[in-house]
Amino acid sequence: MNKIYRRIHQVSGNVISVFAKGVTYGELAVVSSRRGKSLAEVIRIENGLVHLQVFAGTIDISTHDKVKFTGKEMRIAFSDNLLGRIFNGSGAPLDHGPVLHDDLIEIKTPTVNPAKRFVPNKMIRTGIPMIDLFNTLVVSQKLPIFSVAGEPYNQLLARIAMQADADVIILGTMGLKHDDYLFFKHEIENGGAMTRSVFFVHTAADPMVECLMVPDISLAVAERFALAGKTVLVLLTDMTNFADAMKETAITMERVPSNRGYPGDLYSQLASRYEKAVDFEGAGSVTILAVTTMPGDDVTHPVPDNTGYITEGQLYLHGGRIDPFGSLSRLKQLVNKNTRQDHREVMDGLIRLFAGYRQTLEKQAMGFKLSSWDQKLLTFGDLFEKKLMALSVNLPLEQALDCGWEILAASFDRTEVGLRSDLIEAFWPNTGVSAGEEISNASSIRSASNSDNKSPLLRTSWNKPGCDVEVDAPERTTVAADE
Amino acid sequence: MVENTGLITGINGNMITVQFNGAVHQNEVGFAVLGEDRLKAEVIRVNGNDVQMQVFEETRGLAEDDIVEFSNRLLSVELGPGLLGQIYDGLQNPLPVLAESQGFFLKKGAYLKALDHERKWPFTPAISTGDRVNPGDCLGHVQEGIFDHKIMVPFDFDHGLRVETIVPAGSYTLTDRLAVAINAKGDAVNLTMSFEWPVKIPITCYKERLLPQEPMITGTRVIDTFFPVARGGTYCIPGPFGAGKTVVQQITSRYAQVDVVIVAACGERAGEVVETMREFPKLKDPKTGKSLMERTVIICNTSSMPVAAREASVYTAVTIAEYYRQMGLDVLLLADSTSRWAQAMREMSGLLEEIPGEEAFPAYLESRIARFYERAGLVLLNDGETGSVTIGGTVSPAGGNFEEPVTQSSLKVVGAFHGLSRERSDARRFPSIHPLESWSKYKSIIDSEHLGITRDILLRGDEIRQMMTVVGEEGVTPMDFVIYLKSELLDSVYLQQNSFDPVDAFCSAERQSYVFTVLVDILKNPFDFSDRDAAREFFNSLRQKLIDWNYSEWKSVAFDSLENNIRAMMNLQGKVSERPK
Ligand SMILES: Nc1ncnc2c1ncn2[C@@H]1O[C@H](COP(=O)(O)OP(=O)(O)OP(=O)(O)O)[C@@H](O)[C@H]1O
Ligand SMILES: [Mg+2]
Repeated sequence: MNKIYRRIHQVSGNVISVFAKGVTYGELAVVSSRRGKSLAEVIRIENGLVHLQVFAGTIDISTHDKVKFTGKEMRIAFSDNLLGRIFNGSGAPLDHGPVLHDDLIEIKTPTVNPAKRFVPNKMIRTGIPMIDLFNTLVVSQKLPIFSVAGEPYNQLLARIAMQADADVIILGTMGLKHDDYLFFKHEIENGGAMTRSVFFVHTAADPMVECLMVPDISLAVAERFALAGKTVLVLLTDMTNFADAMKETAITMERVPSNRGYPGDLYSQLASRYEKAVDFEGAGSVTILAVTTMPGDDVTHPVPDNTGYITEGQLYLHGGRIDPFGSLSRLKQLVNKNTRQDHREVMDGLIRLFAGYRQTLEKQAMGFKLSSWDQKLLTFGDLFEKKLMALSVNLPLEQALDCGWEILAASFDRTEVGLRSDLIEAFWPNTGVSAGEEISNASSIRSASNSDNKSPLLRTSWNKPGCDVEVDAPERTTVAADE
Repeated sequence: MVENTGLITGINGNMITVQFNGAVHQNEVGFAVLGEDRLKAEVIRVNGNDVQMQVFEETRGLAEDDIVEFSNRLLSVELGPGLLGQIYDGLQNPLPVLAESQGFFLKKGAYLKALDHERKWPFTPAISTGDRVNPGDCLGHVQEGIFDHKIMVPFDFDHGLRVETIVPAGSYTLTDRLAVAINAKGDAVNLTMSFEWPVKIPITCYKERLLPQEPMITGTRVIDTFFPVARGGTYCIPGPFGAGKTVVQQITSRYAQVDVVIVAACGERAGEVVETMREFPKLKDPKTGKSLMERTVIICNTSSMPVAAREASVYTAVTIAEYYRQMGLDVLLLADSTSRWAQAMREMSGLLEEIPGEEAFPAYLESRIARFYERAGLVLLNDGETGSVTIGGTVSPAGGNFEEPVTQSSLKVVGAFHGLSRERSDARRFPSIHPLESWSKYKSIIDSEHLGITRDILLRGDEIRQMMTVVGEEGVTPMDFVIYLKSELLDSVYLQQNSFDPVDAFCSAERQSYVFTVLVDILKNPFDFSDRDAAREFFNSLRQKLIDWNYSEWKSVAFDSLENNIRAMMNLQGKVSERPK
């Protein structure tokens, strides 16, 4: 029996309050106003007064509008029929396809028992050296892309989605620009992946609260596909909008803010979504890639900060490149021991030297005399940025590693790189040239390839090798200059 | 039969308001009845005829006028043989057993016995009829894995109980009556192998607390040498996200030279604790040759598990730690992260609409943190043995800024501070414990004169490095430049340590002292280089050798030959004291 009430006692922000009996916490109601119907969720009960968060917002809601409690929590129809479909943040079709009714599942699903998880061990290859080599993506990882407006984060997300081979792709958008939505649709359709994708779309034009459901719907559906044995990749963009929507409600409910207006449970709220990433024993997996834009490019802002504490690393996209310092894959050590024996050392060694390069750049900027070591670092850093860091580079891991050795050999002597001797023995490219020649050779690359480092996400370069160092011929004497 | 019940009048997040009639205790446990399920909750505020309770589960589905049954007991854990090797949630539910019965997901309202009540343990009594026993006294022994598990008189029983009967040696379950004793009033009390203890009340059944002085070896050089932790001491590890807090703790949980390790994964990622859960049974404890899991208890209330249970989890963990301490064992409790625990308090405080303190943390944050760390300590037990609980907690400061309430409150009460730095972790200088900002009040395994020399070099090296960013390399004297190179050398070959290398991950106290002596000799050497490049080149090759040395097995052939190499290099530069016999 559904209870209907026709007197709204309070309207504040996106929240309405109704005196009602027998209502359960978390249940949904349908609010009918002259603008149409909207779902609303019970977010607080106190002495008979029930507070509901209205997904479509409260504009034009009348004190005498109808509130009908459904006795049910938010649910969505789950079946393979979801594939290829596009829905809004409340699960209503946006693609003129049929409304789905069967096999309703709740979208707030319980936590996976940690004892039922197992240690992730499958690498996801993306062809992007900054990911594969330095920040390896792993099945069941939760990894955000930290970025700022204007950076090509959605492009990066789409590129990873298309290159990683997942059975099912689920896109959940929150406050996405309509053009970006069309971009995703276009990319996924062009890549022939629409038939294995489901979209839950909330755009910047939609009511703020409606985006609150997007992560839950996307992840509930993902979890079901995973339980059915599928490898699922969930793309969420932009989680900062999700956090802002929570902040709005928290402020309306007069909850004490903890940090810059965000509620004290921001961490727990974000974590309960990100922790849905899982590799089920004997079934499929959920991997989450999410965009978190950083207001004011400030990584200490509560949203990126809390996210960083939850996720298993982050990709820091900045200046059109994945920054080697801000970025980190926490799970990389679970897989990079089984890739190639030099993977870890090369990864750490290159980054250490790159840190030195950054210091040298500072020195240079201050106008100091540079030592010969600084010169070497400059050569190195420059090669590193062009051959490995540029997003246009598309190389399988093994070639990226070879490329790393080539860059080292082009910049330094064996004893200078701080790597283990046995690996140097095994992988150092055989060079017959003196250090001086190497440097001049390398610096010629620097000047030669200066022209092509602009648009980092050049569409055309996705499928062809981006590293013009001739990496597949390890016996070559030194790094080759441009063709 | 449940006598005392109440009715729900309000629900807000995981807090419910309940109207009651009978007597209700602060911190008493109650159960909200939701259909077939009973959701555990704890009274956190009493106000007239209402109590506010934090529910240890998701509250969705509860409604006004739903019944709450009060239990008249505080939140407790069960203590007895069989705790070791277990994986519990914050309320001491065994997660693997839950998984067996419920599959992939954690259903709400499912509570299981913490210990196996069917299992029989071979018991040897240690008392006889007529003996007088006090709380904490040993009734007898059970072999639990590698430990002699003392079966004790519950810590809150009367003093001077007279033993009436005691069972003969044999196999008994946890609930079998082992002994009957008579108290001063003449009442008989039953003694069993296990009993319950309220988690928020420290166990104080000992003679006195002693000053922690003995080092607890972790095998991490920068800790044992520079910022040591004493057995029975406390330390905190604050650091921004990704700086390496969890990895440092994981490594410590493996190699720390203690008897029992309690890992409390408090509000952090499930994946991390799964690593421990899956790896430990396979790893051998070098000391005992048994699997590491046999000395470990995992308390795991990860970030997506209910937040109130997260608050409880650290108390559950420390209570189990104190229990094993009572047997004369050295216990290490590692809590990751105390900030999540503090946030759980903040969430509840917010729902209670208490007046917020800094960053909306409750005013009592500092005293709660202090009381938690105070549960660590080295104690002289009533039987003359000593036992210890060492507590190490990570802190996850908002924005990586240590000037925040949880870090600051922790710093006031701990004995050592291992501050992780973003700068170091970005440069992959792991473990990223900052050598100049961290401190410890405990005694190092290295004598203070040598430590002084190295500290000076680190300090000077840092000053020179900063100077060079202003005046350039040419702007500092050649001598200063060499000091800078020395500090970098010390950093790369001693402070830094590869946690993922089977050899380098653990450096014994003996090896640390040995290597340190060699290093001090190198650092004391004045050196005289023709120019900066020559200096750099020399230090680069020396670093290479020392890194290889770190990777070589202690006292192996490779170790010896690398050492000779290093000494030879040094002899060309000056001299190093003779190699000790
Ligand atoms: N000792 C180490 N050696 C090598 N790599 C390390 C070490 N410590 C940390 N790392 C790297 O840093 C990553 C993050 O470390 P860790 O998970 O311990 O950070 P954290 O401080 O616990 O972060 P959070 O607060 O987000 O939990 C690891 O996944 C690993 O890649
Ligand atoms: Mg951590």
